[in-house]
This record gives sequence, structure tokens and C-alpha cells, in this order.
Amino acid sequence: MGTEIRVEGLTKKFGSQLIWNDVTLTLPAGEISVMLGPSGTGKSVFLKTLVGLLKPDAGAIWINDKNLVTLRENDLYEIRKLFGVLFQDGALFGSMNLFDNVAFPLREHTKKSEAEVRRIVMEKMDLVGLTGAESKLPGEISGGMRKRAGLARALVLDPEILLIDEPDSGLDPVRTSYINQLFIDLNAQIDATFLIVTHDINTARTVPDNIGLLYHKHLAMFGPREMLLSSEEPVVRQFLNAQTIGPIGMSEEKDADELASEIGQELPPLPPIALQLGTSDGSPRRGQKPAGEWCRTHGVTPPPGSFQSKNAGVPGVSQVPAEGPYAATLASADSGVQAPTSADATQGTTAGATS
Amino acid sequence: MSVVTNGLRQTGSLFALALDVLRALLRRPFQTKEFIQQSWFVASVTIVPTALVAIPFGAVIALQLGTLTRQLGAQSFTGAASVLAVVREASPIVTSLLIAGAGGSAICADLGSRKIREEIDAMEVLGISPIHRLVVPRVLAAMLVSVLLNGLVSVVGVAGGYFFNVVIQGGTPGAYLASFTALAQIADLVTSEIKALLFGAIAAIVASYKGLTAGGGPKGVGDAVNQSVVITFMLLFVVNFVASAVYFQVVPQKI
Repeated sequence: MGTEIRVEGLTKKFGSQLIWNDVTLTLPAGEISVMLGPSGTGKSVFLKTLVGLLKPDAGAIWINDKNLVTLRENDLYEIRKLFGVLFQDGALFGSMNLFDNVAFPLREHTKKSEAEVRRIVMEKMDLVGLTGAESKLPGEISGGMRKRAGLARALVLDPEILLIDEPDSGLDPVRTSYINQLFIDLNAQIDATFLIVTHDINTARTVPDNIGLLYHKHLAMFGPREMLLSSEEPVVRQFLNAQTIGPIGMSEEKDADELASEIGQELPPLPPIALQLGTSDGSPRRGQKPAGEWCRTHGVTPPPGSFQSKNAGVPGVSQVPAEGPYAATLASADSGVQAPTSADATQGTTAGATS
Repeated sequence: MSVVTNGLRQTGSLFALALDVLRALLRRPFQTKEFIQQSWFVASVTIVPTALVAIPFGAVIALQLGTLTRQLGAQSFTGAASVLAVVREASPIVTSLLIAGAGGSAICADLGSRKIREEIDAMEVLGISPIHRLVVPRVLAAMLVSVLLNGLVSVVGVAGGYFFNVVIQGGTPGAYLASFTALAQIADLVTSEIKALLFGAIAAIVASYKGLTAGGGPKGVGDAVNQSVVITFMLLFVVNFVASAVYFQVVPQKI
């Protein structure tokens, strides 16, 4: 069963440079959360702070009623056994082959027999699709394979919390989809609390139960997926829809002139909210909520066309209404077909060309 | 101001690491495999250069002393002076330069590249202390190899001195050998080995510190290696001076 992480008033500075200030959020036990943010907003720093690799300047991180920030070193090493972390490049030990890399935590922390270690390692290698590559060295394989091997190593001690740093960087779109599916299935299997740091909107729109957005040295918003996807808040809206209109500029923040010149420009309507990615065998996850529940209970009208397809609103995907469990009910409520706006169209062509 | 505080902070962190290493020394299980691997590694990168440096070093001392003793009219003490110079000073210094230059730089580069590849972070996240797992075996390995190398340098240095004094400068072999124990005593050898032990520890700790705090990509690792060698050299000469001064206070000299 997963473990809840409660973050209170977390502040991090490097010297006099503020990274983020007063971040307060709760990662619910057993749910998948995504932390988004423009490049250079300290997402990776946030992740490293959560495992105690970096000390925050203020605030607390509560895990099982223990404050990670004030823990002594030995207790910190102890509590880290709850964590599995996948670093950006996999962070495999270059001197060991993949098998030894994945077996490393087992050999260090458990007294399992070598046969038992072998069985567990092979199971995890199979899970990430690396069977047959056990004897390769990390230097001999592609970035995607390194990432998957890093994931196998993170999983080998059955973590209660899984932190994942940019799973999609350096992966092709097909592998990204596979790895996203893998996260969903894993979550259903091991019920761990997931935090995925990314700036891939496709992942952010379809995978998580909760989304957080770090922007301009603070946490702009954190909440259920549907809350952020239906939000009219300019920063959230701009980021989740990959638009140039909004407060985020090329270099962190737009100045007053740039913002003034945008006044009067029409914002494209919010795209429909896609259905959340389900497990591959269709079994429900414990943290999963029925589609549209948050919107209904909070009296928010989701954008037209929501919850009808798995890739609605995802830039680069043609918006064909699909037959889903909610298609009939919602389509009757709203028969409007969303006309692609110019911004959507440009997104569509550029993203479409790469995928 | 910030230069001063930054310097002090670095010094403080270096000492903190040294204390952590001391503490982790006592932690079980001891990383025997890593220790053996590292000892072999440090030995393999230092043995040949050390021997090659030791021969001319012994020769230079022999040349200088051979001339000097003749000028002073004390040829019979050439062997004695050469042994003293090699065992007391030259040997620990040569050893330490090579341990720092060849062994320390290799340790620093290794740990630094692991640091920037996030391997060190990954290890900490897996609940394993890199100090216990990586630094302690390296420090012990550097100390062991340093002590052994010191013996090698002493032998090669004295042999080189003998060769140059007797064969090149035409000295008397018997007089050279006979005067060996005229001034030198067993405490010289012990002090020499203690110095080597200290130097090995310092070189490995500085290299590990610089490696573990490397940042900023491959260039950062290069900078860290460079700094670690420079800092180690400076520290070693200071420590050598202090150790020698203490030695003369503590050990009574032969008259």
C-alpha cells in the first residue's frame, strides 16, 4: 500500500537564488501525481528534496509521521527504503551490467539467496521489457533501455513511493506511451504513491490522478486532474494547452509590454478533457476516480466533448469523438463540435510531424 | 568576503567528510571486495610511475650528497646521508606525489563522473551511504598502497643512490654500505611509513571530497580533478613539514 507524502511550506534556495517558495501539497497515498512546470523551475530539485538528497531552507516533508527534513542521517537512509526513484538518465552504475544493477538493492539490503535474487530481478526485467539484455553494460545500451533498467532497479525493493524524473525525455513517442501504460499498470499492481516530474503535456493530461504546476518560484496549482484541466487560471491554461498566449514567456516570465500586446487576443477555448489512461487489462486502480466525478461534485462544467476519448485535447491528435462509456451521456448534453482554432492547428501540425 | 567564507565552508566540509569517513570505518559490513579492487587499482596506476620517479630521485640525492660530502671532507658519510635523505624525506614525498597525482586523480575522476551521472544520488536513494560503500574502501586502499609504495621507493631510492655513488662517482662500496646505520635508525623508517599512511589518507579524502562535490557536467569533473591534485599537494607539504618537526622533537637523534 502506498504512503502519503505531506509537504508543508517547503522553500528551497541555492545561495541567494530562490528556487521555489512555500510549496504546500499532499500526494495522496496510492495515487499518481504529475509535477509540471516550464524548464528550469526546479522540478527535479523538488524531487530530490522529497528524498532528502537536498535540504530545503524551510518547511517540512511528512512521511509516516516523520519529518524527512529533520531526520538524522541513519533514519534518513532507513526511510529511503520506502522510495524508488527513477533518475533522468536511469543513473545506473556504469561498472556493473544490467543484472547486477537491478540486483544491487536486493544484495545490499536483503539476505535473499542468489537464486531468489535472480528470480526477482528477472521478473522486474521482464516487466520493463529488458529480458535478454541482463549482461549488457549501461554504456552499451540506448537511453530508453537505460531508463527502463533504472525503473526495474527502482521497483526491485517493492517501494511504497515511486518518484520518476522526466520519464519521457529522450524517449520516442511510442516508448513514451508504453512507459506511461507501464506506470498505470504498476500503480494498479503495487499501489505505490507515484510522482512523475515531466513537461510532456500528453502524459500530464492522460496519466495522473493529480496534477501540480510549478511556475515562477511557487506552486501555481495542485489538485485533481480534472480541476486543472478545466481551470481558467492563465498559467495553468497556457501550460496544459501548450500555447504562447499567457504569462509564461520564452525566458521564464513575460514583461508588461509583451503581456499588454496580448490583450484582446482571443484565447482558444479549453480543449475537452480526455479519459484517463486505464490499466491494460481494464481492472480498476485503487486511486482511480470515475471520469467527470470531480467536475460534477464541484459544479464545474467540463469543456465540451470531455471524457469521450482517450486522447481528446492532446495536441497533435485528431479530435475524433470516440465511443466511450460516457460518450452517449455527455454527447447528448453537448452536441457542439469543437472547431480547431489557429493555435490548435499549428500545434497539430508541429506535434503531428514528430509523432 | 564571500571568497573567505566560501574557503572556510569548503574547509569545513572537507573536515566533515574526514570525520564521516572515520565514523563509517567502524560500520559493518566492511566492503572487503571494494577494498581489494581499489587497492589493486591504486597500486596498478602508481607502481610503475613511482619506480620510474624513485630511480632518478635517488640518483639526484646521491649526486648532490656525493659532491657535498667530498667538499666537506666527509666522504665516509655519503651512504649515511643518502639513506637519511631518501628514507626520511624523499620517499614519503615521492610516494605522496604519486598517490595524489596518479591515485587521487583517478579516484576523483571516478567519483566525479559517478556524481554527475547521478549514480551517487541513486546510491543514496537506494539507502546506501556512498561514504561507507565507496569512500572508506578507497581511503584504506590509498593508505595501504601508500605504505607499500613507500617501502618500494625507499629500496629503489637507496639502490639508485648506491649505483650512482659507487658506479658513476667511483665511491667505495664498503664505506657506502658500512655507513648506512651510522646516522639512520629504525625510528626513521617507522616515521617514514607513518607519514606515508597519513599522506595516503589525505590524498584519498581530498580526492573523494572533490569527486563527491563535482558538478556542472564533464567540465566540472575536470576542474574537480585539477583542484584535488593541487589541494592535496599543498596539504601534503604542510603536513610533511609538521610531521618532520614533531619527529625531531619526539625521537632522540644519534650523535
